[in-house]
Amino acid sequence: MLEGLLIGLETAMSFQNLAMVIAGCLIGTFIGMLPGLGPMSIIAIMIPIAISIGDPSAALILLAGVYYGAIFGGSTSSILLNAPGVAGTVASSFDGYPMAKQGKAGKALTIAAVASFAGGTIGAILLMIFAPMLSSVALLFHSAEYFALMVVGLSAIAAFAGSGQVAKAIVMTLLGLILATVGEGTLFSLPRFTGGIMDLQSGLGFVTLAMAMFALPEALFLVLKPKEAGSAGGDIKDLRITRSEARAITPVIGRQSIQGFFIGVLPGAGATIASFLGYAVERNLASKEEQAEFGKGSIKGLAAPETANNAACTGSFVPLLTLGIPGSGTTAILLGALIALNVSPGPRLMIDEPQIFWAVIMSMFIGNLILLVLNLPLIPYIAKVLSIPRNFLIPFILFFTLMGAYIGQNNATELLILVGFGVCATALKFADYPLPPLLIGFILGGMLEDNFARSMQLYDGISFIWERPMALGLLVIAAMLLVLPSYRARIARHRAGGVADGD
Amino acid sequence: MALDRWIALIILSICLIYGYTAWFTMDASLAPFMKRNPIWPSTFPKVLSILAIAACLVILSGIEKPEKTEPEIDYRKLHEYKLGQAVLLLALMVAYALCLRPVGFIISTTSFLFFGALILGERKWLLMFSVAFIATMIVWYLVQQVLGIYMRPLPGIFGG
Repeated sequence: MLEGLLIGLETAMSFQNLAMVIAGCLIGTFIGMLPGLGPMSIIAIMIPIAISIGDPSAALILLAGVYYGAIFGGSTSSILLNAPGVAGTVASSFDGYPMAKQGKAGKALTIAAVASFAGGTIGAILLMIFAPMLSSVALLFHSAEYFALMVVGLSAIAAFAGSGQVAKAIVMTLLGLILATVGEGTLFSLPRFTGGIMDLQSGLGFVTLAMAMFALPEALFLVLKPKEAGSAGGDIKDLRITRSEARAITPVIGRQSIQGFFIGVLPGAGATIASFLGYAVERNLASKEEQAEFGKGSIKGLAAPETANNAACTGSFVPLLTLGIPGSGTTAILLGALIALNVSPGPRLMIDEPQIFWAVIMSMFIGNLILLVLNLPLIPYIAKVLSIPRNFLIPFILFFTLMGAYIGQNNATELLILVGFGVCATALKFADYPLPPLLIGFILGGMLEDNFARSMQLYDGISFIWERPMALGLLVIAAMLLVLPSYRARIARHRAGGVADGD
Repeated sequence: MALDRWIALIILSICLIYGYTAWFTMDASLAPFMKRNPIWPSTFPKVLSILAIAACLVILSGIEKPEKTEPEIDYRKLHEYKLGQAVLLLALMVAYALCLRPVGFIISTTSFLFFGALILGERKWLLMFSVAFIATMIVWYLVQQVLGIYMRPLPGIFGG
């Protein structure tokens, strides 16, 4: 392994390749900030440039830089503007945006950068050690287990079910799942619930819904109540992470890098579930006081999804490099790029062309490092976005939400849907309905139904639930994640009620 | 009845329509060979509709007693906030959506940014116009030229 590392280091440290990483990180960060352009689309756009370089290692290094840059850029827009453009960064806005609102935008971005760095780096180390072994584990997961895993991901909603809000959170999740069934289903490709409208045939766009649920109501609130907008993040204070905060998030980062990585290894699960699950797990592990902080600007609540989604992105390289199976949209595009460069990933890659395998891993380390070095000094300037006068900032936020929805689908009807859903979301927000569960339900809904349908077909009924122990185990975990918080709350209330304890 | 229960009632009616479609009308178009499948396109929606209706009824019946929290914006005093501006901005967004294709990206975006600032009470005309125009051109250049995503810049009659 040491020899391999040296080969990789030698390739990656050349002047040309370092320039590639830096260019890639910068391009990725800036384009990634535009909501609607996620890592997948940016990599797709960069492919012609990468291929024209000719050298597979250099091309891969450039793409890895773009990839990490785009993920970081995506978190930036979800933290500063509450406009998550990528499903994987939705969970980052739950606590990142409240932090930015309290004027801690700089700190939030720093935590995001550090957590991403740690997640990516630890992920790369795990990739180095476990890649060969994990490829066989990934194949053990069948659709029944995926279905169960999605259900575990849905249990993240428990985090939003405050006291007396459980039914509301559940209704919102179900509404999200219902919205996900609009359009052509995978089963027989029959159009469902489209009302005969052609534009709904392909379903609702994720970015449209994310913008309508998060960014638009937030912008409308800023319009309705101008006072807060003036003070929101105008001054950027405490950029640094204090020692006690660092101590608080270190275990979170450690746990989530590992958990995120292993979820990322499973083809199809990916960064989104890793981030939701990371958020849910950390909330359950946190102490009572810290739990109350979640959703209101908790540093743990920001560090967890940020670490997990980066680690999961790295994890998704395991099936790509060892089996040639792309586990996510982004790795599928990378696979295309690799094949165009005359490299075929698969079990033989490590033996036939070790320099490429190791160069990819080294480029992950270097990409993460460069990203941290480039972005930490830039953070104060990025956070300055919030100090633009609101008369100019709000039209721009609205414009970018519209653009995000338009670029993805190239369909003007999508913009009308966006405004319509945005108004509904604002009304829901007035009535104190939590909006994140709706989006979680929508994102996971499609995959949930597909895998459910597949396992139903394989087992000719729902017997897969008890015939596959791993699926059953995951479902039990999901139930526990849902029930445990309210059980704990009930116990606490019981105690507060003055009932004598046992001893 | 409080707003959250009114909304629950609306969601309930949506779910009832959804459930009706899933249970009674969707399966009619299913070909006979599809009916031999253990799962139909309507299976998942059927389950969802029952769960959602049950959850809505829980909210409507008021079994749960939510804790009183101080809302960010109290909808009962909505008229005290700048409601007019918000409604105008929403109207502007709809207008933008309808104009984007026929009028072209550059004109509609510049006017969107300009009128957006105008609605919010900005009156520095030159600054407003230059910011709107420059930002539009930068975004257009990035999206069209760098990223290669086609966006018609000018109205159709100018061959855009």
